[in-house]
Amino acid sequence: MPGEAVAVVGASGSGKSTLLGLLAGLDTPSSGSVQLDGADLYGLDEDGRAALRARLLGFVFQSFQLLPALNALENVMLPLELAGEADATDRAAKMLARVGLAERLRHYPKTLSGGEQQRVALARAFVTQPKLLLADEPTGNLDAATGAGVIELMFEMNAEARTTLVLVTHDEAIAGRCRRRIRLVAGRIDGEG
Amino acid sequence: MLRLALRMLLRDWRAGELRVLALGLVLAVGGVASVAFFADRVRQALTREAHQVLGADILMTADHAWAPEFRDEVARRGLSRAESMNFVSMARAGNETLLAAVKAVSPGYPLRGRLRIAPGLNAPDAETDAVPPRGTVWLDERMMAALKVRQGDAIEVGRARLLVAAVLTLEPDRGVSFMNFAPRLMMRLDDLPATGLVQPGSRINYQMLAAGERERIRQFEQWARARLSRGERIDGLENARPEVRAGLDRAQSFLGLTAMLAVVLSAVAIALGTRRYTQRHLDGYAVMRCMGASQSQLFALFAWEFLLLALAASLMGCALGFVVQTLVAWWLAALIPGALPPPGLSPVLQGAATGLVLLLGFALPPLLQLKDVPALRVIRRDVGPPRQGALAVYIVGLAAVFGLLLWQAGELRLASYVFGGFAAAFGFFAAIAYGALGLIGRFGRTGSVSWRYGLANLLRRPRANAVQIVAIAVGLTAILPDAPDRFLVNIQPEQRQPLAEFLERNGVKRLQTFPMVRARLVAINGKPVGAEDYSEERAKRQIEREFNVTYLRALPPENKVTEGAWFGPEDLEHGAVSVEHWIAERFGIRRGDALEFLSAGRSFSAPVTSVRKLDWDSMRPNFFFITTPALLEGFPVSYVASFHAPAGDALLTLRLSQAFPNLTVIDVSIILRQVQFVMDQLIGAVQLVFLFALGAGVLVLYAALLATQDERTHEAAVMRALGASRAQVLAAQRAEFAVLGAIAGLLGSLGATAIGWTLATRVFQLDFIWNGWIWLAGPALGLTCIVLNVWAGARAALSRPPMAALREGA
Repeated sequence: MPGEAVAVVGASGSGKSTLLGLLAGLDTPSSGSVQLDGADLYGLDEDGRAALRARLLGFVFQSFQLLPALNALENVMLPLELAGEADATDRAAKMLARVGLAERLRHYPKTLSGGEQQRVALARAFVTQPKLLLADEPTGNLDAATGAGVIELMFEMNAEARTTLVLVTHDEAIAGRCRRRIRLVAGRIDGEG
Repeated sequence: MLRLALRMLLRDWRAGELRVLALGLVLAVGGVASVAFFADRVRQALTREAHQVLGADILMTADHAWAPEFRDEVARRGLSRAESMNFVSMARAGNETLLAAVKAVSPGYPLRGRLRIAPGLNAPDAETDAVPPRGTVWLDERMMAALKVRQGDAIEVGRARLLVAAVLTLEPDRGVSFMNFAPRLMMRLDDLPATGLVQPGSRINYQMLAAGERERIRQFEQWARARLSRGERIDGLENARPEVRAGLDRAQSFLGLTAMLAVVLSAVAIALGTRRYTQRHLDGYAVMRCMGASQSQLFALFAWEFLLLALAASLMGCALGFVVQTLVAWWLAALIPGALPPPGLSPVLQGAATGLVLLLGFALPPLLQLKDVPALRVIRRDVGPPRQGALAVYIVGLAAVFGLLLWQAGELRLASYVFGGFAAAFGFFAAIAYGALGLIGRFGRTGSVSWRYGLANLLRRPRANAVQIVAIAVGLTAILPDAPDRFLVNIQPEQRQPLAEFLERNGVKRLQTFPMVRARLVAINGKPVGAEDYSEERAKRQIEREFNVTYLRALPPENKVTEGAWFGPEDLEHGAVSVEHWIAERFGIRRGDALEFLSAGRSFSAPVTSVRKLDWDSMRPNFFFITTPALLEGFPVSYVASFHAPAGDALLTLRLSQAFPNLTVIDVSIILRQVQFVMDQLIGAVQLVFLFALGAGVLVLYAALLATQDERTHEAAVMRALGASRAQVLAAQRAEFAVLGAIAGLLGSLGATAIGWTLATRVFQLDFIWNGWIWLAGPALGLTCIVLNVWAGARAALSRPPMAALREGA
């Protein structure tokens, strides 16, 4: 359902990341199919899936995955630039202002704190206005207080943009904020609600 | 795409991700371009030099007067002309008489280069545009001394009485030939009739010199060559002064190969730099794939980025190369007479091509690996790029380097030697490095914690270490043969002993004498041969003259039997002859043919049992025909000898001619000095170019260090987290690097010596001079470079809070 937030929970090794990889078309399933916005993800070739990702998906990772050689602004501009969009600078700057980093546009990732880095990553994820945001343990590398702030921001932006959110976490409190929760045990769905 | 690539390039550059790569390219291109620029200019200057050697652009020589049509054609084509007549005649002053090599010249001689004259013996000389004024002669120093005359004295030449006007100190076109055996007397062509020396049947050598614009000269040469008749020949620029040219070619090869050393080392730096770049970009690449960039899009992006980088770096390199060659030229300007012509544009292309080839060979393979990075890496850290054998990846690079070497060396053999040398050195060094590190590992486990930890680290990374430092200390060994520079001709058998004693008293050590019988080749396999049997001009000339035939039991040095075998006991008993390769080819002589010679009215014959190749650059007496000793017994023999005159004894030649008046002394030391001079200049230039190699060597070290920097930073953080002090961490790194530097430096010395030896003896055929200092310089340099690196690198590792480093490494 558009705008819906789904949490995927489970212990380490339960298959959360594998599921996320399959949802994003990054991994190949041994059987079965993934439907994304009406398209059969694995009916497409790798470049076709990439094009679909460009159009539909945003990502937030546990380890932020900012490009170290690019400053905050450039990191956020990158997906727009790759898509060949024109007003990348303005849109990226606006998005960084939205996450509260208007003063840190020219800072490199290594000079930003963990929380700041993840906020840059959020700006990068939302700047393309994706239909689906995939978040992989977004607070896994942050302390509790900072993590809570980031989660707060993510849910706010998710609500504003009416993006569907799939959130992988092992933090029950965060999972509790999602409308649906899917629990994985040894690669199988063990419960939903 | 191009704009994005440019933007990415600027971003990566700003972030310092591309420095090693770019520097590597700049150094490689700079090295190649500086040599190319300089070589281009030197080549042009060489051509000019060759003009001086001929005294003209074209030198036409004949044993009779040149037909008027040649003279007219020179005028018709707008070329300048001079003429000379050369012959040998007696000159007399008072009671002294001497056989003089007379050169009668027309005004304007020489057309290229200048004569130098002095007012008296040992007086300072100066260039002159003139030729001897009417009624006067210029004598060379030997002649002045032998005739005991001074400026203003009169001498007799034939029926004419001429005044000595000056001492002739330099003739640019004086080469080694028969005429030069005697000292020089230069006079004016107009005075020649008065001497009465030109008679029908006189042996006179007529020379016509022409000079002018290049294209016209070329056309004239073509025209004239088509009209040459017997006894006429043309010397153009290509065949002038082979010994100088050979020296220059060698020096240029050295120069080019030194640049290649920079290229090879830069290639290593580029490979290391790209590897680090790709490793650091694996995540970014995967992230961009997540953002929906296609593989081909990303590959194009990186490819363009690198291409732009190559372009920029190549331009920088060319600029640097240009500056360096300007410095070289400026530095050598005092030594090279006249200004060097400006360089052409082709070196820029050569430099840019080098940059591109290096990049394609060494940066593309790792980049291609990027293509295979699964996007899944963003969520699963354990997924990396597929591992391929390093060798497979760099096959392209190795091929590229070989291609560049081939291009630079201009011949397969040299390129193969150098390439093989590099490859062998790398393999050998790797083995030694592993061995040395293993030994240290086994026996070096005592001492402080820092020391042990440092050594342990060393053992974990033996690969990145010693091998690359080959070049730091590749000292170029200045090499020139201690060749004989005096030749003695016409030594009579009874003079051999006194001559040897005389020379020994005068400090001459290596006197070599060869017996010599003058003989004409009259028949091959019983069939008489003469000029009419051969079409080639030189063959016609040679077959009508007497050859200098020697007889020997042992094969002389620098002779190589290529066919058949050197005289065995049976040959020595029955008589046999060994023929030089070119002569055999020219006259169609094969092994097994019976040759008949005529000497002083008697004949001798023998079968050809071997064909030899000679080193004509060797500056030793060389013989076309060598027979077994018994065969020439009883024939009139004289001896020819060669020796290296002791340095600083300028008057030896004079004393020698006084003690043995009948001897002809040929002094080639002037030519050797010229060769040496040119060699010295170019070796100086090589050393300048060598700076590029040195720079590239340091860069390799830096890149190697950088490759392990992230790991090192993380380790330092772990050590500090475990309670190590800054001093302890630094000490550990110092221990590691000290050992590394010493081993690498020693290996560098070894490599330098090996390369020097290989090039000198195998490729350039020169005597190798053992260089002692290199064994100190290598380790010292290795240590210095590494200390500098540590100073920059290790401090950086320690300057960050341990937590940041630990978190980043997670």
